[in-house]
Amino acid sequence: MLKINDLKVNYGGIEAVKGISFEVPEKSIVTLIGANGAGKSTTLRTIAGLIKPAAGTVTFQDEVITGKGPQEIVSRGITLVPEGRKIFPDLTVLENLRIGAYLRKDDLTDDLNWVYDLFPRLKERHWQHGGTLSGGEQQMLAVGRALMSRPKLIMMDEPSLGLAPLVVRGIFDIIREINKQGVTILLIEQNANMALQTADIGYVMETGKITMTGPGKELLANEDVKAAYLGKK
Amino acid sequence: MEFLTANLPYILAGISVGGQYALIAIGYTMVYGILRLINFAHGDVFMVAGLVMVYLTTVFPMWLSIPMVLVITVLLGFAIERAAYKPLRNAPRMSIMISAIGVSYLLQNCALYFTGGLAKVYPQIPWISKTVTIGGATTKMVTLITPVIAIVLIVVLVIFIKKTKIGMAMRAVSKDFETSQLMGIKINAVISATFIIGSLLAAVGSMLYFSNYASVVPTSGAMPGLKCFVAAVFGGIGSIPGAVIGAFIIGICENLIKGVGWTTFSDAFTFALLIVILLVKPTGLFGEKATDKV
Ligand SMILES: Nc1ncnc2c1ncn2[C@@H]1O[C@H](COP(=O)(O)OP(=O)(O)OP(=O)(O)O)[C@@H](O)[C@H]1O
Ligand SMILES: [Mg+2]
Repeated sequence: MLKINDLKVNYGGIEAVKGISFEVPEKSIVTLIGANGAGKSTTLRTIAGLIKPAAGTVTFQDEVITGKGPQEIVSRGITLVPEGRKIFPDLTVLENLRIGAYLRKDDLTDDLNWVYDLFPRLKERHWQHGGTLSGGEQQMLAVGRALMSRPKLIMMDEPSLGLAPLVVRGIFDIIREINKQGVTILLIEQNANMALQTADIGYVMETGKITMTGPGKELLANEDVKAAYLGKK
Repeated sequence: MEFLTANLPYILAGISVGGQYALIAIGYTMVYGILRLINFAHGDVFMVAGLVMVYLTTVFPMWLSIPMVLVITVLLGFAIERAAYKPLRNAPRMSIMISAIGVSYLLQNCALYFTGGLAKVYPQIPWISKTVTIGGATTKMVTLITPVIAIVLIVVLVIFIKKTKIGMAMRAVSKDFETSQLMGIKINAVISATFIIGSLLAAVGSMLYFSNYASVVPTSGAMPGLKCFVAAVFGGIGSIPGAVIGAFIIGICENLIKGVGWTTFSDAFTFALLIVILLVKPTGLFGEKATDKV
């Protein structure tokens, strides 16, 4: 569904992504793991259209979308849940959800109910300002907001960052649930263990390159991955 | 009570001037809210709106000139943003401020060229230039209707920002460009809308303001522009209710000071107020407190 071919991204003189290729098949969960500064966020931000790549192509549903603006990308059905959640603190929870559907002109009732079913907490708090939610609730809101655009592919940048283990488990349950309902998922994680358990396919990224790939369970068993990302010897 | 009757004309004038200032101050505060830019050209857009009225009424009837002034001012505000600010979207804040100062002087000098430096007599807008007497005070109709028009427009604006989709987008963009883009919001369209609203209100403000004064000169925008900027800072720049309250306070105080007979100090008061606010409460009355949460 999504195909990245030899993607290169620079910040000024610094090469952050040095020619990576990978694929996200329809209806799958794919994860990209790697140390801090490996270029994971940069990759997602480039796909989302926030950064223009130096070289390479991004193909979505057999159409090249390289270099298109974020509006165009969203309207094609790709959304990004950004690193650090980035909910709008001065908008209410309901407004945050509505703004996720900014490009849609049809009725939102069904989608709101869908998001409220996934995150009953958001329904209780729909009148509250986004900035007054707890960190975990803000993450739910960020995911809910992304779902409101009815994406075909949802990209999540470290959704478990800074959350308590129990809440992390909840987030991963939701990711599986969303996937079961037919949404393709591209996930970035520091929590390699959880991510690889959840994912169909995993890619390991190191300083701008992809160094390893394979089914999630296989990578989980791999000795190098264990040593580098799972803190086991 | 005696104070009230003695000063009624000044209080009325103060409320009226406050309304005019409010309409201009909103332009400063909204643009600052979204771009973190002090749009130094805003006062000059206000002056141009005055001159355009002068020139249009020599050719067209009043009923046609008024809407034309509104449209032309809006187009001017829109064009300034596209030509002088948009190309600097990713430049350091200082560059765009300097660009704004450049536009300000450009407008003043164009006005100087067209008017030849002569004061242009502002046309009488029928009904609102009429003289009326209330409570023993004689004043122009415009003094009475200014606060009404200002309040109505402000209420409409606040509802627009709170309730409409584009209003919601404005609030989002003013917080976070990048995440707004991820929602599919076209930030350039939202920024243009902000300039359009600011210019429209400044155009209405100019009609009310210049109806009280006899003439327009190329520097006519400078002083009200500065005062409205102070009003916006006083209220907490970025906040619309803040700008409105700041504008009314400045308008009323200025005129009361005139009432006491210290006319020469009325402008000084405004700027003294600016210094005091910056020292005592830099975020103004309703300034945004940083609510960043990581
Ligand atoms: N705006 C920027 N300007 C310059 N360099 C940047 C910028 N953003 C990221 N970089 C650099 O690009 C590299 C990759 O950054 P990126 O944010 O993609 O890493 P990451 O894999 O997401 O790391 P983390 O796990 O810490 O989030 C880093 O070396 C970083 O310093
Ligand atoms: Mg990152």
